[in-house]
Amino acid sequence: MFNYTLKRLALAALVALAVSALAFVLLRLSGDVAIAIAGEGARAEDIAAVRQQYGLDRPLVVQYFDWLGRTLQGDFGQSLYFRTPVFDLIVTKIQTTLILAVLAIAFALALSIPLGVMAAVWQNSWIDRLCLWIAVAGQALPNFFFALCLVMVFSIGLGWLPVSGADGWEHFIMPTVALGYYVTPPFMRLVRAGMIEVLGADYIRTARAKGLPASTVILRHGLRNALVPVVALTAVQLGFLLGGSIVIETVFALDGLGYLAYQAISQKDFPVIQAVLMLLSVGYVVLTLAADLVNAWLDPRIRVG
Amino acid sequence: MSDIVQTGPVAVAVVPPSRFKRRALKHKGLMIGTIIFAIIVLIALLAPFISPHDPYAQDLNNRLVPPVWYERGSWLHPFGTDNLGRDYLSRTLYGAQISLLIGISVMVISGTIGTALGLAAGYFGGRIDLVVTFIITTRLALPVVLVALAVVAMVGGTLGIVIAVLGLLKWDRFAVVMRSATQQVRSLDFVEAARASGAGQLRIILKEVLPNVMPHLIVVGTVEAASAILLEAALSFLGLGVQPPLPSWGLMISEAKNFMFFSFWLIAIPGAALALLVLAINMMGDGLRDVTAPDSRS
Repeated sequence: MFNYTLKRLALAALVALAVSALAFVLLRLSGDVAIAIAGEGARAEDIAAVRQQYGLDRPLVVQYFDWLGRTLQGDFGQSLYFRTPVFDLIVTKIQTTLILAVLAIAFALALSIPLGVMAAVWQNSWIDRLCLWIAVAGQALPNFFFALCLVMVFSIGLGWLPVSGADGWEHFIMPTVALGYYVTPPFMRLVRAGMIEVLGADYIRTARAKGLPASTVILRHGLRNALVPVVALTAVQLGFLLGGSIVIETVFALDGLGYLAYQAISQKDFPVIQAVLMLLSVGYVVLTLAADLVNAWLDPRIRVG
Repeated sequence: MSDIVQTGPVAVAVVPPSRFKRRALKHKGLMIGTIIFAIIVLIALLAPFISPHDPYAQDLNNRLVPPVWYERGSWLHPFGTDNLGRDYLSRTLYGAQISLLIGISVMVISGTIGTALGLAAGYFGGRIDLVVTFIITTRLALPVVLVALAVVAMVGGTLGIVIAVLGLLKWDRFAVVMRSATQQVRSLDFVEAARASGAGQLRIILKEVLPNVMPHLIVVGTVEAASAILLEAALSFLGLGVQPPLPSWGLMISEAKNFMFFSFWLIAIPGAALALLVLAINMMGDGLRDVTAPDSRS
């Protein structure tokens, strides 16, 4: 386990480094920071002055290591648009996004685990078909369109929920449903497939032969084993949700990291985009690392093989 | 990360063409998906001939006319008009061209990159496999929506840029699936035989390995085309993808957002069109996976 952990840690560090370099270079090649700082319509000599003042005339590699060094010390620079330190901006916004991501995952699990189990237990029944359709619809509906439909029904039609903002818990209901439904299909398919496989295993037949009640067999013996791959998927989907929340947060004007990223991109606010991009990538690397370690701990075959 | 890269298809055997055809015709989902998809392709190709109006022509005296099924609607504009008085049916029909173009082009670009990487990693193994796995892992850590939004917004939102950016970003699943499929085919008898008879590496990969991993490639291709279509719609919806006045379905929903309280059809029509196209492609993908699996349930 120690050797495996060490190897996985080294790989994660390498990937994090590669991703940060890639993100830095991609952004720099896409747009000119000097023009963004000097402002639209700035004179050529002003842009040149900015370029020299901020050290943007140095080679990209030098700039990258300079940026990386400061980032590692917690200095993310100044936002060009909000005129405040990027670090403070992120600290104030990240809470909303984390709450939304956790709620969305909880919603997806609460929907997909019972439905997936029922679909597996009553294979090819109407429940199985219903689950299939929920999954298929979830994958086909554009999530921003689904979000607008929710607004139309629950805010405008019924007047139950606020359209936008992030002041109280009721502001999180529709974003949670819109984002959570979007990630439900992969969970449902995984739980269903896992349960079908587990329910055919020998130890389940033994448990049944012992005369245990069906619910005990399915939940205690079956579900527990079918949930192992769900752990890994949860980590991957959580990372995906942090990125995917850009669209949903923008629709509901929910003031989190995704909305911040959208505003930063619209305003060409390089330091903010770079910081959010870095944070999401490294967050994904850490989450998958954690999932791999948990899985290796649960299943010795992984760490040995 | 290692186990993301390892999860992939298990099936290797290719279903013979005669049995494939019989199974395909019996698979309801595959047939329905294919028929809907074919109709949308026809609409896209014939849009210039079947559209009642010019999709770009504005008529400011006839703005926000409701569709024909509303009381104030008329057959002159069956789907009504938008806030600039443009005929909504014509824009919806032309929108199919953009979504299909995005889906197919992105699939070709990302499919080529991902297949090349996956084949190389799976066939050669060793160091090449290590390097490719590392590249895949790095790519998976990049948040696609954020990177695509940022790059397209900086470089400029033309159809070509959107296709290029999505194509260069979305090759990961191709690479993952092709890698594990190739690993399984690589040690089979006919590949060994080709190697023993002195065939070159490239020839073995293209003539022996590729045809046998093709079913997986097609299934991933459908999933990725659908996902690219949804991504373009999301980028355009945020105003950072394809630019006006192009009739992209995502952009149409974005432009109609401010009028949705009184004119809900303006977002319902392009939204339904998007969902129908993606649904059809996903049904084809699911169907093809069932039909090409060696021991399919049906």
